[in-house]
Amino acid sequence: MSTYDTLRHFADSWGLLFLMAVFIGVIIWVLRPGSGRIYRQQSEIPFKHEDKPAAGPGRDNAGGD
Amino acid sequence: MAMAQAGILLLIAVIAVLASAKAHDAQFAIHMGLIAAIAMGAAIWRLRTMNVSAKAAAAAPTGYMDGVVRYGTVATMFWGIAGFLVGVLIALQLAFPDLNVEPYFNFNRLRPLHTSAVIFAFGGNALLCTSFYVVQRTCGARLFGGGLAWFVFWGYQLFIVLAATGYLLGVTQSKEYAEPEWYIDLWLTIVWVAYLIVFLGTLVKRKEPHIYVANWFFLSFIVTVAMLHVVNNLAVPVSFLGAKSYPIFAGVQDALTQWWYGHNAVGFFLTAGFLGMMYYFVPKQVERPVYSYRLSVVHFWSLIFLYIWAGPHHLHYTALPDWAQTLGMVFSIMLWMPSWGGMINGLMTLSGAWDKLRTDPVIRMMVLAIAFYGMSTFEGPMMSIKAVNSLSHYTDWTIGHVHSGALGWVGMISFGAIYYLVPKLWERQRLYSLRLVNWHFWLATIGIVLYAASMWVSGIMQGLMWREYNAEGFLVYSFAESVAAMFPYYIIRALGGVLYLAGALIMAFNLYRTIRGDLRKEVPMGGVVQPAE
Amino acid sequence: MAQQTGKRSLFSHATVERNVSVLFVLSFLVVTVGGIVEIAPLFYLENTIEEVDGVRPYSPLELAGRNIYVREGCYVCHSQMVRPMRDEVERYGHYSLAAESMYDRPFQWGSKRTGPDLARVGNRYSDIWHVEHLIEPRSVVPESIMPSYAFLATTDLKFDDIAGHLRANKLLGVPYTDEMVAEARADLIAQAGGSDDPSGVQERYPKAQARDFDGDPTRITEMDALVAYLQMLGTLVDFTTYEPLAEGNLR
Repeated sequence: MSTYDTLRHFADSWGLLFLMAVFIGVIIWVLRPGSGRIYRQQSEIPFKHEDKPAAGPGRDNAGGD
Repeated sequence: MAMAQAGILLLIAVIAVLASAKAHDAQFAIHMGLIAAIAMGAAIWRLRTMNVSAKAAAAAPTGYMDGVVRYGTVATMFWGIAGFLVGVLIALQLAFPDLNVEPYFNFNRLRPLHTSAVIFAFGGNALLCTSFYVVQRTCGARLFGGGLAWFVFWGYQLFIVLAATGYLLGVTQSKEYAEPEWYIDLWLTIVWVAYLIVFLGTLVKRKEPHIYVANWFFLSFIVTVAMLHVVNNLAVPVSFLGAKSYPIFAGVQDALTQWWYGHNAVGFFLTAGFLGMMYYFVPKQVERPVYSYRLSVVHFWSLIFLYIWAGPHHLHYTALPDWAQTLGMVFSIMLWMPSWGGMINGLMTLSGAWDKLRTDPVIRMMVLAIAFYGMSTFEGPMMSIKAVNSLSHYTDWTIGHVHSGALGWVGMISFGAIYYLVPKLWERQRLYSLRLVNWHFWLATIGIVLYAASMWVSGIMQGLMWREYNAEGFLVYSFAESVAAMFPYYIIRALGGVLYLAGALIMAFNLYRTIRGDLRKEVPMGGVVQPAE
Repeated sequence: MAQQTGKRSLFSHATVERNVSVLFVLSFLVVTVGGIVEIAPLFYLENTIEEVDGVRPYSPLELAGRNIYVREGCYVCHSQMVRPMRDEVERYGHYSLAAESMYDRPFQWGSKRTGPDLARVGNRYSDIWHVEHLIEPRSVVPESIMPSYAFLATTDLKFDDIAGHLRANKLLGVPYTDEMVAEARADLIAQAGGSDDPSGVQERYPKAQARDFDGDPTRITEMDALVAYLQMLGTLVDFTTYEPLAEGNLR
């Protein structure tokens, strides 16, 4: 069997199953109760500085987290 | 400062005049003459406005830099209509070949003009202006680099003009979506680096601790397109005073490099960049935060990681080694998942506000865009399966697929964003007319449906006719017969294009009146809500 | 994406969300992987391009003709890549080999067949058929929707810098010899029917067809060059001796 066939069989069986599981996992992870809280602050960013730049000195970028 | 800039522009003009005089071919001479004239004009303009700009510089600008965004929206509309118009023309040329006017207006010179006009001129300007708008709002900071953003804008327009005139004159590398020749490519590289500097600089000086996810998509779009553009266009010019060059890669290597570029022009230019748009403008128009920020994080990393592998599906069953084709197919199929994750995220942002679909045609437009994103990101992986591809490749099905993505996703999300932007940018109360937006919505939707449906039928029919055998084991149809059979579908397709163009013209009129400050007296969309009995 | 979710446990994703440089570098790395894995091996895997006899660099006239093909954007409607399917092989001829386009800069495999594949169009039609077809396509194929290219027959081919074109290709690794570069102009004229003895060009470029292609022996037009190119397409490899299953040709 050629490499192509091997890879193809792997891709359309275990590969597909694995990815489907990952996909469903991600969906559950995202929809699970409480996940929204953590990212609430970030998702509000578009509603903060509508008309003019934020006041005050520039944020220190080197700090990271 | 103004003196120095004018000096540089004059120097460029002089060099361009010399290059034009010494040029090896007429095309290069024309282009250099064009550059000389533009540089000269710009230098004179710079000197004449010197005093004004000195005064303006005295008071350091504070607010957001929206002038360049305003210009960008106008340019987007202008190039969009130009691109759609050329599209309708070439669609008609396929039905009525007598519409070809050789040599400058033959189908094969106009087709790259159409693709570049809609992808790079319409799409590119939409990305430029929305990214400049979004990055300022989400960083709470003015654009970095002062006048550099203006250089990016005008430099990009010059690139478009050089590329477009070049196609008509026969200046082309004949690599799909990478047609411009070496000197135009070099110019775009300079402009693109400036774009990256403006964007990154604004991110660096942001006031918001977090980088909003829309900016990730914009950033990856800018970075990846830079990489793709440089690698795919590596070439050796025959002469530095002539238009012609030879690519450094040949044959199979050139093919894969080209489709690595070509598919990611779709993946990063037409997808990642416009997803950045989606992640800002959909929440803003709906007035709700994005459905799941976490999902957008997953969406981002998986999308940019997977997309880059998908190129070889353009080369199924060709002389490209099998292992590369297989990799391309597998990753293309996997790409379906993050794409739909993104679609779900965009659509669900409306959850709890679905009633707005009834009253706000701009939201309707955005939702349709996301729906088409979902449809074409399902169709794409399906067409990348080798068995399907053996039928669909080389046929109109591919053209239909591209257009459901381009007209449906890219076009509609851009229209939505611009409908949102124009009243804000010109500080108008609202759009001139929501009813006209509704007209635009329906014309465009019907146009896309006609386009996609006719291309499905003609594409599958072509594929089947080419491989049809009779009982004696002979091919049934000559190639010419398959061409003749396409005629009715090419007419329907052109009609779809006309409807889409008509919608865009209505939009241009609506925006023009909005900018003038007019408000149309009209019954609100969705009618008056009747109180319960 | 599994890789990314795995990464989250090693370091906080919040770092990426707050640091431009990290986001920039990381996203750049992520997008380079695919290209490196797929494209790089094509340059060093020896079996990417088959071993076949007969493939040679384009003669100066063929190269000039190819440049007209490129300039006019023929790739928009014509592919040059026959896939290994029964109907394609019967319609167009032996499926295309990577070796056949190894000197193609740019490659012209195409992506759409509004017109038929041209990978093996050479020697299928007469010169006069090509000339008439290019001048008025519907005079020979009534169903054709091809634009007409009558101007090619009236436009003189510009070939004063043809040696420069060979030199640029040579720089990129195409095996043009110094002699080929030096003789480029003379070879082009000879192949277009401007010489009684074209043996020089045929010696340097085996199987090169030398004659007046456009029916007008008084001048060398763009039509001469384009037809010369079309007439050589797919004619270099002798498929009676090619062994697709030979060691080194399996991919």
